Amino acid sequence: MSAYDHVTAARANDRPTAVDYITRIFGDSFFELHGDRRFADDKAVIGGIAELNGKPVTVIGLEKGRNLKERMERNFGSAHPEGYRKALRLMKQAEKFHRPVICFVDTSGAYCGIGAEERGQGQAIAENLMEMMTLRTPVLSIFIGEGGSGGALALAVADEVWMLENAIYSVISPEGCASILWKDAGKTAEASECLKLTAQDLFELGVIERIIREPKDIESKLFDSMKNLIAKTLDKKSAIDPDTLIQNRYNRFRKF
Amino acid sequence: MGSCSQDSFCKWVNRLNKDIFNFLKPKNELENQGENPENRPYIPEELWIKCPVCKNVILSSDLAENNKVCPGCGYHFRIAARQRIEMIADEGSFVEMDADLTSSNILDFPDYTRKLKNAKINSGENESVITGTATIGSQKTVLGVMNSQFMMGTMGTVTGEKITRAFEYATENRLPVVLFTVSGGARMQEGILSLMQMAKTSGAVKKHSDAGLLYITVLTDPTTGGVTASFAMEGDIILAEPHALVAFAGPRVIEQTIRQKLPKDFQSAEFLVEKGFIDAVVERADLRPTLARLIRMHTACENIQAEEGKAE
Repeated sequence: MSAYDHVTAARANDRPTAVDYITRIFGDSFFELHGDRRFADDKAVIGGIAELNGKPVTVIGLEKGRNLKERMERNFGSAHPEGYRKALRLMKQAEKFHRPVICFVDTSGAYCGIGAEERGQGQAIAENLMEMMTLRTPVLSIFIGEGGSGGALALAVADEVWMLENAIYSVISPEGCASILWKDAGKTAEASECLKLTAQDLFELGVIERIIREPKDIESKLFDSMKNLIAKTLDKKSAIDPDTLIQNRYNRFRKF
Repeated sequence: MGSCSQDSFCKWVNRLNKDIFNFLKPKNELENQGENPENRPYIPEELWIKCPVCKNVILSSDLAENNKVCPGCGYHFRIAARQRIEMIADEGSFVEMDADLTSSNILDFPDYTRKLKNAKINSGENESVITGTATIGSQKTVLGVMNSQFMMGTMGTVTGEKITRAFEYATENRLPVVLFTVSGGARMQEGILSLMQMAKTSGAVKKHSDAGLLYITVLTDPTTGGVTASFAMEGDIILAEPHALVAFAGPRVIEQTIRQKLPKDFQSAEFLVEKGFIDAVVERADLRPTLARLIRMHTACENIQAEEGKAE
């Protein structure tokens, strides 16, 4: 599979979105919480509390929507500043109540628009990066589809970052890279190779801890095995004292 | 110093909109393309310089004397990082850190090796940021200045490393940090590793902040992308030079996304003050005294705390 094949697979319309993962892993225990308490409720970000094997967790996802109507509502998974502020509010709440945070990342990037700039897109992302670095509770980020630049990183300053086999994570979209590099947005395949954006590339670069293989029938055992893996990892991380946890997190990013 | 008239500022913003991607190109590339020199706000070494905003012709020595600000309309020309340090640090006080750190083509990205080499030749620097210690108004400070002449100030691994080390040094030695930003954002040629610098630097800023220390950012034209979305917006106090473009997504990217023209003055420093994201716009000539004053107000607090600590 070429890098561009991964890009295509990561963007495929029939790919499970954050809502699918939340429903299949946490079932009815998920209780959605809305709003950033400052401006609005950004539907590109879905968040709430849930139970994992009887233990409370905070779950946050960048949600693209599963059909055209949902995609419009959720702005195709591109969050505004209020989305990142909602996520941060829920993470702070998780810290207060000593429950771990699980983020599902799937976005082509933070939204580029007038309102987003007026309300401080850059500042909202920057604040998440700073605050997540010292969040005194375990954070696990799982890239399930697209991981577009700062808009993905704003939910990925985590103790561990995992990627689905066909997920991608990049500083710029291959189209953007191609148009800057070769003035030709059509050279997306070449740009995809250069950017080293596949799960395998990122694992080799030490940017992620784990690649989750996608079975041919993605529905089969994926969610059950992920659920066990998440529970086991969070149990381990929860046993670490918060000072060590945040120092380890700092070191995780310090090495780059 | 006169302020920019609305009309000329408008023209200037239009020009910025048109040329936004030129921010990402090194100076020599712009020259190779045969761009109209009027479109380039770099200071050439000729005797006469035409202001890109008011079109007045200025004697280059006059411009230098006026802190590289157009005496006619107040347009702030972009300046090299070394010039900035001269303007801000007390004379002879700057001691550079990590001067030898330099980027390599870690991901084997096409054409990056050549671009790095050109950037080094054009700017005479090893990276897009210079860091060190200095005194500003006799107060010891960690000072970092980004350089637009080095790949448009894009943030690569070494940029992030130098900024992180500067913050770690400041935290260890209980010093304030003053950082001048100018950047096209994360450096695409270093892929995901440049994105990781946003998290790395933010972590170092947070530790510095949690230690109760002062961090002032001064946003200069243009500050965009991953730099805006990390340390540029993390200062306790955020200042900006007049009319500096400050954005997460550049104007052209937004126009392509929403398919409509942007409002007048959108994403200017003044606009961001109005929206609540910048504390104050400060003219270049006033920057040094302003920084000295702000640092003094914070170190005074620190001294009082130290005294109280002793008394107990």
